[in-house]
Amino acid sequence: MDLTLRLLKDLFPALAEAPAWLQVTLAAAIPALACFTFVALGPLVYVYAERKISGFMQDRLGPMRVGPYGLLQTVADTVKLLFKEAIFPRGVDRRLFLLAPILVNLGAFLPFVVIPWGGRLQPADLNVGVFYVVAVSSLATVGTIMAGWASNNKYALFGAMRSAAQIVSYEIPALVVLLVPVMIVGSLSLQDIVAAQAGGLQNWFLFRFFPLMPIAFVIFFTAGLAECNRTPFDIPEAESELVAGFHTEYSGFFFAMFFMAEYTEMFVISAVSAVLFLGGFHAPLPELQALGSVPLGWFWLLGKAWFLVFVMMWLRWTVPRLRVDQLMHVAWKVLLPIAFALVVVLGFFILLTPTAWGFPWDRFVGWPITLLVAFLLLRVMIRAVRWSRGRAQELAT
Amino acid sequence: MRRWLVDLWEGVYTVLLGMKITWRHLFTRPVTLQYPEVRWPLPPRSRMRLFMKYEDCIGCGQCVRACPVQCIYMKTEKRPADLPPAWASTGHPIKLDVQVFDIDMSLCCYCNLCAYPCPTECLYMTHEYEFATTDLGQHLYHFAKPDAELLLEDPKKKAAPASPSQASSS
Repeated sequence: MDLTLRLLKDLFPALAEAPAWLQVTLAAAIPALACFTFVALGPLVYVYAERKISGFMQDRLGPMRVGPYGLLQTVADTVKLLFKEAIFPRGVDRRLFLLAPILVNLGAFLPFVVIPWGGRLQPADLNVGVFYVVAVSSLATVGTIMAGWASNNKYALFGAMRSAAQIVSYEIPALVVLLVPVMIVGSLSLQDIVAAQAGGLQNWFLFRFFPLMPIAFVIFFTAGLAECNRTPFDIPEAESELVAGFHTEYSGFFFAMFFMAEYTEMFVISAVSAVLFLGGFHAPLPELQALGSVPLGWFWLLGKAWFLVFVMMWLRWTVPRLRVDQLMHVAWKVLLPIAFALVVVLGFFILLTPTAWGFPWDRFVGWPITLLVAFLLLRVMIRAVRWSRGRAQELAT
Repeated sequence: MRRWLVDLWEGVYTVLLGMKITWRHLFTRPVTLQYPEVRWPLPPRSRMRLFMKYEDCIGCGQCVRACPVQCIYMKTEKRPADLPPAWASTGHPIKLDVQVFDIDMSLCCYCNLCAYPCPTECLYMTHEYEFATTDLGQHLYHFAKPDAELLLEDPKKKAAPASPSQASSS
C-alpha cells in the first residue's frame, strides 16, 4: 500500500493534495482492479496457449477456426460458458456449492497482493510475504474439498479427497525448500528476496550454490505443480478416471470460475518460483533492466513466469499421470528427504561467511560437493545402465 | 539406498528424455489438413457416391442382382414399339424402357459390385463423398429421367460400319 501510494504520487503529483481517504482508496483500488483484470483475462491467454501448445506437441494445429489462428476461440468458449445455465443437481448443498468456487478463486487471486512486479510496483510489501503466499494459496484446497463434498457425487468426493491428500503431502517439501531463499536473505518479504538477487544472472538464487539451488528449485516447482493439480499430478481431476474430479457437477459460470482459478494458480506458482529462484523482476543482464526511462521489471517477471507456465504445459504432454501410491511415494520418500537434506547442507554453507578460508562459497558452490554429486550421479548412471541392460537380457531370455 | 538412487536417476532421466521428445515434436510440421479448405487427394479408384448415366442404361438389371444389400431399385418395361430404336453410347441397343432407377445410398455398402457387371459402364462410383443430409430420405437418389434424350443412331455404325448387324442383334 505504501509503495503504491508513493508510486501514484510520483506519477500524478496532484494526488498529494487530495484528501487522505481518497489517496488510500485509490492506492487500494487501482492495484486491486489491475490484479483482477490480469487474473480474469489471463486464463483466456493461458487456455489458448495450452491448446495451441498441446496441439503442436501432438503434431496438430490446435484451434484454428474462430478468428485468425483461432485467437478468439477462448473468448467464444468463455461467452458460451457464461450464457450456459448453472445447474444445481438434486441433493446438492446449495450454500457450500456456491461458496466453493469463490474460495478456490480467492486462493488463486490473493497471492497477487505480494507479487513484486518492480521495485515499487507491488500492491503491498508484507513483511511475511512468503508465509502469506503459502497460507493464502492453501485456501484453494478448502474450496476444492468443499466443492467435492457439496456436489453430493462420489466421483467429486473422490477427487476432493485426493486433492486434500495431495496438497497436504506436497506442501511440506515445498515449504521446506521455500526456507532456503528465506535463509539466504534473512527476510520473508518478497521485495527483499528479489533485492538480494539483483545484479544479473549470476546472482539469481537458481545459480548460487550451484548444484544445490537448482535441486531446490526443481523440488519447489514439482511440488507447485502438484499443488495446482497439473499433470503429472492431476489425479484430483483425472478426466479419464474420475469424470472431472471435484468440478464434475459444476456447469456454466461456476465451472468457468474453477477453470479460471486453476489457470491463475498455475501462473501464481510460476510467478512465485520466478520471484524466489529466478531473480523476480531483475533482468538477466543489469543493462536490460530498463529501456531508456521505461522500467522493464514487469516484463522480465512476466517473461519468467510465462516461461514456467510453458514448462508446465510442456510437462503435461510429456509425463503420464501418477497413480495415488506413486504420488505419495514421490512426495514423502523422494522430495521430502532431499528437501530436508538440502536445508541442512545449505544452512551450513549459508552460515559459513561467503569467503570462509579465502574461498567464495556462495559463488562457486561447494566445488567438492559438485564433484561428489557428479561422481555419485555417474556411478548411479553406470549402475542404472548396467541394471537395465541386465533386465533387458533377462526379459529377452 | 542404491535402489532408491537408481530409481531417482531413472525418474529424472526419463522425464528429461520425454521432454526432449515433446520439444522435438513442438517443431515438427502438423499433420492436420484443414478440411473444407484443404482436402486429402483421393486415390484414383476411391469408392464414394454411386452415379448412373441414365442415357446409357439398357435396363439389364445385372447391377440389381449383384447388389449384396439390395439398395438398387429398378423397374423396366419393354420399350414401346412406336418409339424409334435407341442405343447406348457404347453401342448396346436400348430395348427396355427404364422407368425407375433408384439407389438408396444410406443402404449402400460401397462394395462396387454393381459397377463391375454393368455392360455399358453407365453405373460407377464417383469421388463425391460430401453428401450428408439431415433427412435419410434424401439419400434415395432417383436417376430415371423420363425425358432423357437417348441416342437414336447406333454409334458403332458410324465408327465401324463393318459389323452393324452384330451390334443390333446382340
